[in-house]
Amino acid sequence: MKTANIDIIDTVEQDTSTQIIKSTCAYCGVGCGLNIEISQVDHSIKVSGDADHPANYGRLCSKGSALAETLSLEGRLLHPEVHGKKVSWPSAISAVAEGFQKIIAEHGPDAVAFYASGQLLTEDYYVANKLMKGYIGSANMDTNSRLCMSSSVAGHKRAFGSDTVPNCYDDLDHAELIILIGANSAWCHPVLFQRIQRAKEVNPALKIVVIDPRKTNTCDIADLHLPLNSGSDTALFNGLLTYLAQNNKLDTAYIENHTESFEQAISAAQNDAGTIQQVAKLCQIDPQDIETFYSWFADTDKTMSLYSQGINQSSSGTDKVNSILNCHLATGRMGKIGSGPLSLTGQPNAMGGREVGGLSNQLAAHMAFYDQDRSIVSEFWKTDQLSVKQGLSAVEMFNAIATGTVKAVWIMATNPVSSMPNADEVKRALELCELVVVSDCVENTDTLDLAHIKLPAAGWSEKDGTVTNSERRISRQRAFNPLAGEAKPDWWIISEVAKAMGFDEAFNFQCAADIFREHAALSAFKNDSAHLLRDFNLKGLEAISNQAYEVLEPIQWPILEQGSIGTARMFETGNFFTENRKARFIPISTKSAVNIPSEAYPFILNTGRIRDQWHSMTRTGLSPRLNLHKPEPFVEIHPNDLLKLQLKQGELAVLSSQWGSMLARIEESQEVKPGMVFAPMHWTFQLSSQGRVGAVVNPAVDPISFQPESKHTPIRISGFESRWQGFILCQTKLKLDALNYRVDIRGEHYWRYEIADQEMTLDELKILVEKQINDNAEEKASLAWQHYEDPASQLLRLACFNNGQLILVLMVQDKHSSLPERAWLSSLFSGAENMAEIRPTLLSGKPPVGVANVGKQICACFNVGENTIKGLISAEKLTTVSEIGKACQAGTNCG
Amino acid sequence: MSRNLVVIGNGMAGMKAVEEIISASPDAFNITVFGAEPYGNYNRILLSPVLCGEKSIEDILINSFEWYEENNIRLFAGEDKTVVRIDRSQKIVYAADGTQAPYDRLLIATGSQPYILPLPGNDLSGVMAFRDIYDVNKMLSYTESCRHAIVVGGGLLGLEAANGLAQRGMHVTVVHHHSALLNRQLDKAAALLLQQELEGRGIHFKLSSSTQEICDNGQGHVGSVKFKDGSQLACDLFVMAVGVRPNMALAQSAGIYCEQGIMVSDTLQTFDPSIYAVGECIQHRGQTFGLVAPLFDQAKVCANHLSGHGVAEYKTLPTATKLKVSGIQLFSVGNFIGDEYCEFITFKDPDAKAYKKLVIQNQCIVGVVLYGDASQGSWFHRLMEAQTDISEFRDSLIFGEHYCALPPTTNEEAA
Repeated sequence: MKTANIDIIDTVEQDTSTQIIKSTCAYCGVGCGLNIEISQVDHSIKVSGDADHPANYGRLCSKGSALAETLSLEGRLLHPEVHGKKVSWPSAISAVAEGFQKIIAEHGPDAVAFYASGQLLTEDYYVANKLMKGYIGSANMDTNSRLCMSSSVAGHKRAFGSDTVPNCYDDLDHAELIILIGANSAWCHPVLFQRIQRAKEVNPALKIVVIDPRKTNTCDIADLHLPLNSGSDTALFNGLLTYLAQNNKLDTAYIENHTESFEQAISAAQNDAGTIQQVAKLCQIDPQDIETFYSWFADTDKTMSLYSQGINQSSSGTDKVNSILNCHLATGRMGKIGSGPLSLTGQPNAMGGREVGGLSNQLAAHMAFYDQDRSIVSEFWKTDQLSVKQGLSAVEMFNAIATGTVKAVWIMATNPVSSMPNADEVKRALELCELVVVSDCVENTDTLDLAHIKLPAAGWSEKDGTVTNSERRISRQRAFNPLAGEAKPDWWIISEVAKAMGFDEAFNFQCAADIFREHAALSAFKNDSAHLLRDFNLKGLEAISNQAYEVLEPIQWPILEQGSIGTARMFETGNFFTENRKARFIPISTKSAVNIPSEAYPFILNTGRIRDQWHSMTRTGLSPRLNLHKPEPFVEIHPNDLLKLQLKQGELAVLSSQWGSMLARIEESQEVKPGMVFAPMHWTFQLSSQGRVGAVVNPAVDPISFQPESKHTPIRISGFESRWQGFILCQTKLKLDALNYRVDIRGEHYWRYEIADQEMTLDELKILVEKQINDNAEEKASLAWQHYEDPASQLLRLACFNNGQLILVLMVQDKHSSLPERAWLSSLFSGAENMAEIRPTLLSGKPPVGVANVGKQICACFNVGENTIKGLISAEKLTTVSEIGKACQAGTNCG
Repeated sequence: MSRNLVVIGNGMAGMKAVEEIISASPDAFNITVFGAEPYGNYNRILLSPVLCGEKSIEDILINSFEWYEENNIRLFAGEDKTVVRIDRSQKIVYAADGTQAPYDRLLIATGSQPYILPLPGNDLSGVMAFRDIYDVNKMLSYTESCRHAIVVGGGLLGLEAANGLAQRGMHVTVVHHHSALLNRQLDKAAALLLQQELEGRGIHFKLSSSTQEICDNGQGHVGSVKFKDGSQLACDLFVMAVGVRPNMALAQSAGIYCEQGIMVSDTLQTFDPSIYAVGECIQHRGQTFGLVAPLFDQAKVCANHLSGHGVAEYKTLPTATKLKVSGIQLFSVGNFIGDEYCEFITFKDPDAKAYKKLVIQNQCIVGVVLYGDASQGSWFHRLMEAQTDISEFRDSLIFGEHYCALPPTTNEEAA
């Protein structure tokens, strides 16, 4: 079906003009370039990878490939609202401005806060930061990058004196050893993962080590997987540092000339993990494997260390970062071709946020709150209101809201009620908060539900500005759709509020380019050894014209003069941004997680992303094919633990910590270690009754970066004793909030609901569903119901037809395992099948004899089913993945 | 040298036994058959299709006269060949016209006769039963001259008669003492679907009511019918289909022990060791019979003993019912009403006029009702008789054999 449609579009395009707009992907920090092809015939939009973009060279992952499916106006926030009433922009703006002014007047600037997001464009971010830190005069401006990046920021600053990513993607093609630490790139940064895959194909000598408690899909390309205990990374890298010293693998000249505090670091390391045996004990991994890893590292100059949330989201995240950086400094492997550390950022513009100073412990443009920094910024911004001290970080901020010290908060483009740790507490805090302003592009989020003022922001396809990816590459994001309804760009909304608060001239921006120029100018302002030398410098772009900005090619900062092609690598000469230009070793001693497992909470909950969803699913959740990969909140549990718990694959589990609980579908998995479980971060109240992992996650933070320990929460697991379990497939949206367990899954032409309940009887369920269908129907007479009941097995199956067309299937049973497959039943909603033929045995859930069943979807990009692939394999004697790809396209895009 | 077997009754049960004997031991007996009807043996079950005009008499003949000749069976057929006396001491049977036949073994298969309600007016012309070809022909002739038919009895035979008469263009009302049709064969839900279907075909129903009197139209012919509820309906053909009574008068007069029917053992032997009986005339373990399936089983067992094998025993099994009204599929067997110890699996699609109910006990089928699509009836019946444990495929059971992977003989838990 799907591919057929695409083919049609293609052929149409051949004989008509297609407008192509280049932009950047809305999702992860890889920052893939896109070609947006807009058909002049039917205005259909096709999204493909931009072959010229250095981040992806034309490749896209499943999420990026599905971007075109997420652009409908359905569920968009289209009008400003104040206290539930639609209002004009002017009155919304003044409501926000007056609300903040009133509270500032009464309680001072620190009684208000902004909570922004790595989804904002650099220009939006810059304006928000300028308003809060420069003019309101508080540094209570934090961002969801705090949950994602801040440990890397802190680690970089401690080691380099600046938040600098020394290397770049290109180095992956030159490396001979690539270490992936706490990063499931196969799912979270798929395009980089494929780049590494290809690098290995080109250079089979390339070794790949994956360091992760989980045996993720990333391990598929690993020569060595070290399934270390959660949180023991510092021991592993302290051990490595020790090993390097013991085996004379140090670059003593580099250490001598370009670093300081090596002695403290090495002695700390030796105390911590003097021998491989110690490391093996601390990390619970095979000493042989450690030896192998250490020797590979020691003997391979071209070594890249890629790390992500597994490192960052920890109460010792900053130490973990530095323990890695220590090893690179000790071997002089820093910012060299194919050699150096590379932090993989989570969000499309986490880096842009860091550049403008979006975190509460940053001031602006990689400057901090030191007097010299402050004087430069206040001079540039022409303000005497500049905040004097760093503000509240995310967790502190919502605590302060709960205690009432912060009375007004403006949340931009993010959803803390689902993404923050201890999320139920965050919800309570916002319920208590005097003024909650939320600007977002969608109509309903767990956070918007609590907003007093809702501001409709431009969506990805309508936004114009820049983002920066993990390798310091600034790329243009270009609008190709008109603004939806009354939606406005975030920078415009913030500027209008700023003006309404009386800061007119400082926020008199006409377009994104105006803001970018100012941002660039600030980065270059007094950026020299005479004043304050900083890594982040866009001098070459401070005078960029609107036209030049419009056509700006992807470019890596620093950009020191006009016409510069940017800077691929930093620190190649070994000069850093500390006062003495030397990098600092940081002495590290391994600390255990803040909250450790107990008898009451014996399991460790690890959280993360899944391949086909993005954050809180407001966009990826709109794409039917993306919802097929992992339709429900799930928890991966090791078979041994399942045995102990007497639980089974496919059953529902209650995961509870001392902070909160969630429901998740059990997936038996050898990929997690016994005692450790994994649950995805994506599900919210909008799409599930109890699928928010944030509610369970502990609020412990890293003392330096203040990043929450989202990957280590002690929990208890118990079975969810339901009276029945089942699913509903329905043409229309149903309201099923009454049920204990409910997950809404959008499909092609239908909604799917996975449901379970502890009390509700089958008759009550029947009434609940029948009533909604009957109420929705234009004429009840045209509805025909089919009932299949076996009360002794708690079995209820219903089908409803409207003039012969299937509009609902309900299947409920005592055991989840005995429910029919969803794939075939779902396909019936396309209306293609001959219902008359299927109807008599429809409720068997099985196709009539002879009807093919494509099975569970395997390839999300081309929507290819398991059985289809199996069929081809046997029919055409396919032996390799690439042959399968040729036969049915599966796996040829995202791998 | 072979002995004499005399069969009284040229019906389906008797002739089935004869066929079995011939195939089992062709030369064991010289066989003589007496039949009160002037035909060879015909398939009584198919009288309804004949009444509808879907079949002719020829179509439903099982054994033509030629067949009797070919198998050297002496057939005395016709009213004057009705057997009137059995001399058990001489072992001779006498027909009305004096024809006599000696026997070494005698098989009584005199069948049954329709029950005639003891109503005032039940002797009027136009009042009849529905039993044999004679009745069918009579009804057919009435359809020419008469307009209003009343059929008493909402059982299988009554509904088949009503359907036939309606198709012949008569205005038919079925009168039934029970509130639901086929109350012996269907549950309420199925009965209602059936009633709606038949009403759709122009048949009228007067349920939960019984007849008081059949009224004369002045010329000794039925003209109307009075009911106990006081109502009255015009009627010039009054058909009773309210069950049958075993034909045991002949046996009784010969001193053979009878209760509701001729008493037989599990080998179908009467109290006289040289006399056997099969079919609707017998009583076996307190039960009398009206459907064909058990009759055939009896015939087989009886033949087994007459032909000297002497091993088989007759056991009454639950019998499945089918209504012979074209376009209507229904099936029922076993304990389809169920009780508090039973579990019920039901499928309903009212718009498609489909209804299925399986009654389950200890993971075995104990009863089945199907309406609309009865194609799986015999499979369910087999599972019921084999007492197959259905738990392995219970979810799909009601959708039929194709949807159920029967449990593997080797236990492959992994799969």
